[in-house]
Amino acid sequence: MFFLVLKRILLGLITLFIVSLITFSGVEVLPGDACTTYLEREAYGAALEACYERLGLNTPAYERYISWAAGVLQGDFGYSLSGEMRINDVLGPRVKNSMVLASASILIGIPIALLLGIITALWRDKLPDIIISTVTIFSMTIPEFISATLLILIVAIWLEWLPGIVIVPTGVSISELLPNIILPVIAISMIMTAHMARMVRSSVIQVMASDYVQMAILKGVPYWKMVFKHVLPNALLPAINVVALTIAWLLGGVVVTEVVFNYPGLGRLVIESISNRDLPVVQALAIILASIYVSINLIADLMTLMLNPRLKSLQIKK
Amino acid sequence: MDNSVQTINNLTIGFTSQKGEQISILKNISTTIKKGETVGIVGESGSGKSTLALAMMGYVKHGLYTISGECLFHSNNLLEMKNKDLENIRGRKIAMIPQNAGQSLTPNLKIGYQIDEALKLHTDLKKEERDKKISELLNKVRLPSPEIMAQRYPHELSGGQQQRVAVAMALAGNPELLLLDEPTTGLDVTTQAHVLELLNFIAKDTGTSMVYVSHDLGAIAQVSDRIIVMYSGEIVLDGPVRSILKNPIHPYTFGLLKSIPKLTSPGLPASMSGSQPQPGTIKMGCSFYKRCNLSEDKCKNNSPNLEYIDDLNTSVRCFKYKELINVKETNSDTVKSINNDIFQNEILDISKVSISYAKQKFIDQLLNKVDDSNPTVQDINININKGETLALVGESGSGKSTILKSIAGLLKTKDGMIKFDKDNVLSNDLKTRDPGFLRAIQLIFQNPDESLNPNHTVEEIVSQPLRLYFGLKGDELKQKIIEVLEKVRLGEFYLTRYPRQLSGGEKQRVAVARAFAAKPDIILCDEVTSALDVSVQAAVLNLLQELKEDFGTTYIFVSHDLAVVRAISDRVAVLYQGRLCEIGPSKNVYELPSHPYTEVLLGAALEPDPDIKPKLVAEDIVEEKPPEQGCSFQGRCPRILGDICKTDVPPWQIGENGNSIRCHIKVDDLKKQQSIN
Amino acid sequence: MTFEKEQKKNNLQKIFEVIKTMASKPSGLIGLSILLFHVILAITSPLYAPYDFKAIDPTLMLQAPSSEFWFGTDSLGRDVFTRTILGGRTALTVTFFGSLIALFWGGSLGIFCGLVGGKIDDVVMRIIDAFLSIPWILAMLLIVSLLGTTTLVLIPALGFFYGKGIVRVARAATHDVIAKDFIVSARARGHSNLSIIWNEILPNVRDAIMVEGAMRWSWMLLGFSSLSFLGFGVSPPTPDWGLMISNARGLMSFAYWAVLAPIFGLSSLIIGINLTADAFAKALGIDRSTKAPV
Repeated sequence: MFFLVLKRILLGLITLFIVSLITFSGVEVLPGDACTTYLEREAYGAALEACYERLGLNTPAYERYISWAAGVLQGDFGYSLSGEMRINDVLGPRVKNSMVLASASILIGIPIALLLGIITALWRDKLPDIIISTVTIFSMTIPEFISATLLILIVAIWLEWLPGIVIVPTGVSISELLPNIILPVIAISMIMTAHMARMVRSSVIQVMASDYVQMAILKGVPYWKMVFKHVLPNALLPAINVVALTIAWLLGGVVVTEVVFNYPGLGRLVIESISNRDLPVVQALAIILASIYVSINLIADLMTLMLNPRLKSLQIKK
Repeated sequence: MDNSVQTINNLTIGFTSQKGEQISILKNISTTIKKGETVGIVGESGSGKSTLALAMMGYVKHGLYTISGECLFHSNNLLEMKNKDLENIRGRKIAMIPQNAGQSLTPNLKIGYQIDEALKLHTDLKKEERDKKISELLNKVRLPSPEIMAQRYPHELSGGQQQRVAVAMALAGNPELLLLDEPTTGLDVTTQAHVLELLNFIAKDTGTSMVYVSHDLGAIAQVSDRIIVMYSGEIVLDGPVRSILKNPIHPYTFGLLKSIPKLTSPGLPASMSGSQPQPGTIKMGCSFYKRCNLSEDKCKNNSPNLEYIDDLNTSVRCFKYKELINVKETNSDTVKSINNDIFQNEILDISKVSISYAKQKFIDQLLNKVDDSNPTVQDINININKGETLALVGESGSGKSTILKSIAGLLKTKDGMIKFDKDNVLSNDLKTRDPGFLRAIQLIFQNPDESLNPNHTVEEIVSQPLRLYFGLKGDELKQKIIEVLEKVRLGEFYLTRYPRQLSGGEKQRVAVARAFAAKPDIILCDEVTSALDVSVQAAVLNLLQELKEDFGTTYIFVSHDLAVVRAISDRVAVLYQGRLCEIGPSKNVYELPSHPYTEVLLGAALEPDPDIKPKLVAEDIVEEKPPEQGCSFQGRCPRILGDICKTDVPPWQIGENGNSIRCHIKVDDLKKQQSIN
Repeated sequence: MTFEKEQKKNNLQKIFEVIKTMASKPSGLIGLSILLFHVILAITSPLYAPYDFKAIDPTLMLQAPSSEFWFGTDSLGRDVFTRTILGGRTALTVTFFGSLIALFWGGSLGIFCGLVGGKIDDVVMRIIDAFLSIPWILAMLLIVSLLGTTTLVLIPALGFFYGKGIVRVARAATHDVIAKDFIVSARARGHSNLSIIWNEILPNVRDAIMVEGAMRWSWMLLGFSSLSFLGFGVSPPTPDWGLMISNARGLMSFAYWAVLAPIFGLSSLIIGINLTADAFAKALGIDRSTKAPV
């Protein structure tokens, strides 16, 4: 058990290491470098030299990688190109804002998804299932920017119920932020919720067809007791990992939604830094987003390990 | 009719096909289960026996529905009862013991909880009383240390233990009627015998009525007072166990009994042609018409009714049963004894072979530690003569399939070598093995559903070896395919079929055809009949024997079924935990003296005869690994000598009939001890 | 048996059969019709587009829908109807070919890894996992911003990024098949790896991979239009739904039509592809909803 946990953590770290290599070498391999892309037409002579000097680009790639990675390990992402600001200072409040948005979406999305998934599975092929399943297939397929735009058009412009655009300064407190994020949260959680609901539905249906559920019925276990004791624990266990993947996928949606609502989070930073060709910031963002992804998956793995009696007592090959 | 527990009247259950036709799975079932009676329901796959058992609990599977009839439990129709009321009957009045206990126990709940749940639902006991009762129940089904067992999860138990837990759970509510759906299928021979013995004990002890559903007449014979034979959704025969098994008056039952290989009469049993029709394909007439030897025109257009014959106390669904009334079931005149031309010419020499399955653990890999002191299969020495059929027998985990795989080159041996045709050492690795030798050794697998590519037609399947080894193409290839298919009694008609369109027996014939297409010298048969229905099994065994006689092929035949092995083999090797116990001509292995393990296996084998009871000489403990030293069978041996068995590997001794036994006990002593009981 | 009369069919008949099964349920029929409608529209729309998609006319700015301009005009006075019926062409082409590339490389690598297993498999899967953990939008944006937004960059870039998920599916499907006895049997007969892949594995994993490919198509369309929306996809003045929504968004409080028309176009296409993919999966007997959108 201990080794299993250790192994999972180790694998996560290896993944992050590979991500850092990919982003670093990706920037190296692609034509141009930070200085030429940043300075664009002025990329010659003294200005270029000075830029190289400043960023240390005249040392070999592996040396730069090592010093960059060493910095990252200490939580220091170096300096951005544009504002010559410390990347940490730029990232700090943005990370916080995006986290608020993402966790609100997750906290609202997961319970709704579970509920919808279970309802549709238990009333399979009956009216509640048909209605909910149709709705989920629509909300699952519509891109965030469309749902966000429609939400603004309908709720903010036509009905005038909520602000359509988040206008808050970067350093605002969470309580001030909350009323502004209702629409973004809805837009973000729609796809994710629909996905998880469908996943939960098929997992529950699968377990409902199992021999042990038939056995529980034949044992005389009342319906709801059977659902809660025999069906759900076994149906939701494999769902954990898929939910984790869905959450990780939500990060992409956060970027787009933040742009639509003009929300001061990581998403807009991504767009801004890419538009400004600020590669050090892009690298930092890649590492941060990948670490979030890896940790969510790690948590899901560990949860599965904790909850699955089969894995609790068995040394299972990955 | 006071003593009846359940009465089924004209029950018909079916489904609506995609074309909108109503298709019956059960047709007009009527029978009564009496108090304290054990009724065996026997039938092959697709006969509707499990659907009937579930209907007896008022449960009809998703997609099926009751077309007509009723299932009366003390005059309440279960099939029309509300779920709420059914919950009070299920588990309390009628309990079910499922086929696959491993899959029927909820994986996330402890054993103790699952039994407690039944107790809470169906008794008024308090918490402490229930805890006591759980231990009692687990004790009753003879599980060791009940307190510890109760804390375990289902997956931590062996198959036999899981089955016992299912029995304990069913007994929790003190039911009046126990339904058992193939409760011992999938268990090892010895475990099966023990579970059956336990069920018999429970039937006597509690006086519960039981309905025992199985395809296995051997198991049914051991537990039942009365037998119901089902065919194609109908009851064809219903009567007392002895009259059904000793003088079956329905041609299906008659043929079925003849097609079962028996330990007491060696040789190949007579086979029955064809297979059970799919539901909905018989529109009129007797459903057994096509396979019946006694059929006449009348049977084609008229369906016989279930007719009660007073003096036999038996009901039969046949126009011609009178012709069978005085025919005593005599196996000896239908059994075909095998007589192989065996050349004293070694075709395969397996010497000192050891095989290790042990995979390195992550941590061992880091430390570069290799643990192979105790390989899965060790020290196997067998010579096989040309034209011979050698059988490898043992329970699961005995390493019999492992040996087969290493002969085929699929598994690397750790030690020893395998020589083909005297001088050619077979390479350990498929990639470096001479293609000629690959062709010479072909495999037939247990389950044709797995061994035939579901996306290939029969033509494509059989063409694989022909193209690979002989480079055949075009018309020549097609001619050859047809020729090979005819050899296994499949017509040209089958060329364009996919495996899913064939019956189990037909699929296995295709697999046989594929193996023979390579013109092999040796065919390795891995449990080739165990996935087949009994009536089909005999046909496949007969086919294999005929092909062998035609081509002079050598067979290595792996099976867990001692009767099948007795029927087809010239020589038998008995394996336990990857070590040889006994080897010799099959006739002698089945006689005294035997290695203690052979004795245990033979004792546990079931015959379709209520008067031949299994002898249980050893505990059915499951051993995960062979012992580090000494005799491989020391853990379960009923005749253990002493410390010598634990420390020294026993020597080979030659018995008086030419079979070799690996045991510390002197052959003469073994014979003396064994002839006493 | 019900199969009695079924004969061996050639591939064309098989495809026809699958489509027939898909169309036998209302959701599949709707999906197929929408998809077919969009494909035909994309191919033929230049023939009957009423206006020039890039003709700017300040005098016609933000006209409401009328008989002259069915869907109104946008902020530059361009006809929204014209731009809407033309707006799916790039998206459809790029994502269709992108999916084919994804299907091809993801499928081949997945089958290969599933078959060889061992260390090679471990290493490849680690790298795939690492790629999966970079949010798609970040990676796409990076590539597009450095290499440009031409179709020739977008197709392979999308193909690469959406193929990594297929690797996993193909590998898992191969793993399921490879343990079956018919593969063991082929190995024991001495067939080469290539012949085993082609004859034994491919026919059995093909369905799963194709369903996954159909699914990727809808994800890719979602990704592509998001890129366009963010201004990193198709370059103006080429009409594209994502870009049109992005441009018209700021003015939607008084010219909602300029937003709603492309939204309708894009949504209907995505829904069409999704319904089709769902019906396709069901026709082939594969449950789609258990898969995560990675």
